[in-house]
Amino acid sequence: MIWNEEYETLPREALEALQLKRLKAQVARVHATVPYYRKKMEDAGVAPGDIKTLADIRLLPFTTKEDLRKNYPFGLFTVPLERVVRIHASSGTTGKPTVVGYTKRDIQLWAELMTRTLSAAGVHSGDIVHNAYGYGLFTGGLGAHYGAENLGAAVIPISGGNTKRQIQIMQDFGSTVLLSTPSYALNIADAMADQGIDPATLKLRVGVFGAEPWSEAMREEIESRLKIKAIDIYGLSEVIGPGVAAECLEEQKGLHIMEDHFLPEIVDPDTFEPVALGEKGELVFTTLTKEAFPVIRYRTKDISRLIPDVCTCGRTFYRMPKVTGRTDDMLIIRGVNVFPSQIEEVIMGVEGVEPHYQIVVTREGSLDNIEVQVEVSEKIFSDEVKSLETLSKKLQHEIKDLLGISCKIKLVEPKTIQRSEGKAKRVIDNRKL
Amino acid sequence: MHVRQIAIFLENNPGRLADISHTLAVSNINIRALSLADTADFGILRLVVNDTDKAQKVLKEQGFTVGTTDVLAVEVPDKPGGLDSILQVVRTAALNVEYMYAFTKKSGETGILLFRFDDLAGAEQIFRAAKLKVLDGEEVHNL
Repeated sequence: MIWNEEYETLPREALEALQLKRLKAQVARVHATVPYYRKKMEDAGVAPGDIKTLADIRLLPFTTKEDLRKNYPFGLFTVPLERVVRIHASSGTTGKPTVVGYTKRDIQLWAELMTRTLSAAGVHSGDIVHNAYGYGLFTGGLGAHYGAENLGAAVIPISGGNTKRQIQIMQDFGSTVLLSTPSYALNIADAMADQGIDPATLKLRVGVFGAEPWSEAMREEIESRLKIKAIDIYGLSEVIGPGVAAECLEEQKGLHIMEDHFLPEIVDPDTFEPVALGEKGELVFTTLTKEAFPVIRYRTKDISRLIPDVCTCGRTFYRMPKVTGRTDDMLIIRGVNVFPSQIEEVIMGVEGVEPHYQIVVTREGSLDNIEVQVEVSEKIFSDEVKSLETLSKKLQHEIKDLLGISCKIKLVEPKTIQRSEGKAKRVIDNRKL
Repeated sequence: MHVRQIAIFLENNPGRLADISHTLAVSNINIRALSLADTADFGILRLVVNDTDKAQKVLKEQGFTVGTTDVLAVEVPDKPGGLDSILQVVRTAALNVEYMYAFTKKSGETGILLFRFDDLAGAEQIFRAAKLKVLDGEEVHNL
C-alpha cells in the first residue's frame, strides 16, 4: 500500500519543482546558520543564489565523514540544542562517532518515512511488528519503532540478542513482521532449526531488512527458510537513518528513494563528476527538509545507480538497486560500521606490536566473525604463554571498547602477513554476500 | 652463568616444528632439552642447545621470532623422590614456578630439572641454601 499517495506518486515534473524549491531553501538556511558550510561554499565560490536549477547542485562542495568528524559533536547542527529532541551516533573512521541530531519535526518526518517504508513492504495496522533492530545510539531500532507505531501496528521493541527468547515471543505474541539485519534473520532461522521449530507454524509474513549489505542469494535463503517475503531497505544515520529508500512488495526490485526529502546523485568515485542517469557510481545525498542536521551532497561511499523507469507499484520515485559495494574499506559487521583504521589505531596503541595486521571476515552459519591477525615481533614475544594470552586479551578488549563488537585475535609468525607494494591489503572478506 | 634457553614462537601449522629441527640440524646444533607449550592458537617451543647464540642467529635468519631467557638448572638423583625433594623446597619457600621441564643426564644416575622463575636470583639463593646442586650454564650447554 502507498502510505502517502500525494507525494509518493508525484509526476516527475512536479516532484522536481518541489525538490528545487526545497533545495534552495535548505542551501540558504545551511549557509546562514552553519559557519563551516558557509566557509566551504565561499571557498568554492558559490552562493545560495547560484542554485537556479537542480543541476546547479553540482556547484556545491561535497560533505564527507571527515567534515562530520572535524565538527564533532554538534558543529554542523543548524539549530540550537534547545530545539534538538534526539541525538544518535554511529561509529566514525577514527574513534570518534558521527553524531546526528533531530528536531521534533525531524522525528515526525523520520516516522513518516519509515511508515512509507513499512507500508511499501505490506505492513499495516493490526500487524505485530517484531523489532529486532538494536535500540540505542544506533538509528535502526528507534527509527523503525516510530514508523511502525505511526502506521498503527503493535510494536514489540525487543531489540537484538537473546535469540531463544525472540523465538519464544514470536510464537507467543504472534509476530507477523520481523525487522532486523538480514544476517540476524538467518541466525533466527538457524536457532529455529536447532530447536526443531517449523517457521511455517509461526505467523510471520514479511521481514524488512537493512543496515548491512546482503545479496539476492541471501534473500532467497531467508525467504525459503523463514517462509516470509524479505524486503530490502536502505538508510544511513548521516542522512536520517532507515527510511531513505525502500523496496516495494510488488516488485522487490530496487529501492524507491524518498525523493521528496532526499535528493540523490550518482558521481564517478574518482573524478566526482556526475555520471549519466542509470550509470553506476557513488551515491550522494542532499537532505531537502531536515532541520537539525541537514547534509549537502553527502558522499555515502556506497556504490549503486539510479533506475528511472516507473515502477508497477505506482510510485514515481527513482529506485536504486541493492548497494553492491563501497568506495572505501568500511566493513559492516553485525550492523556495526567498522573501519580497518580503527582497528589499526588499537594495534598501534599497544607497545611493541608490529604495524602488520590483517582483518579476516568470515560468516559462520549466519553470523559475521572478525579475526584480527597480528604478527608477533621480538618486542612482544615471551617464552611464557600467559603474557602472549594477556596481549591477545588486551587487544580484544580495546577493540571491543572502541567498536562494540567482539573479535578474535590471532597471533601469527612474523612476515606471514602479505606485504604489498602499494596500499596494504588489510581486509580479507570471505563472506559470501 | 645461568642456562640460556631459546624460545620460539610457532603458529599451529603442520611442518613448523620440522622447519626448526631442520634449521638446527643443518647448522650442526645439538639439542639438550626441549619443551613445547601449546594453546589452541599458537605454541612456544623452548630449547636448550649447545650453542645458543648460533641457534638464535640461524633461526632468526629463517624468519622465526626468537627470544632468550635464563632458566635455573638443578641436578637430582634419577630415583623415586628426586623431583619431590626439590619441589618441597620450592613449596616451603613459596616460589611460583612459571614452568619447568626435565631431562636425564644419565639414566639411573642423574636427572636435570630446568625451572623458569620470575625471580631467578632469589630462587637460586634458596636452592643453594637448601644444598641443592645448581648447575652452571656452561655445564648444561656442553653436556
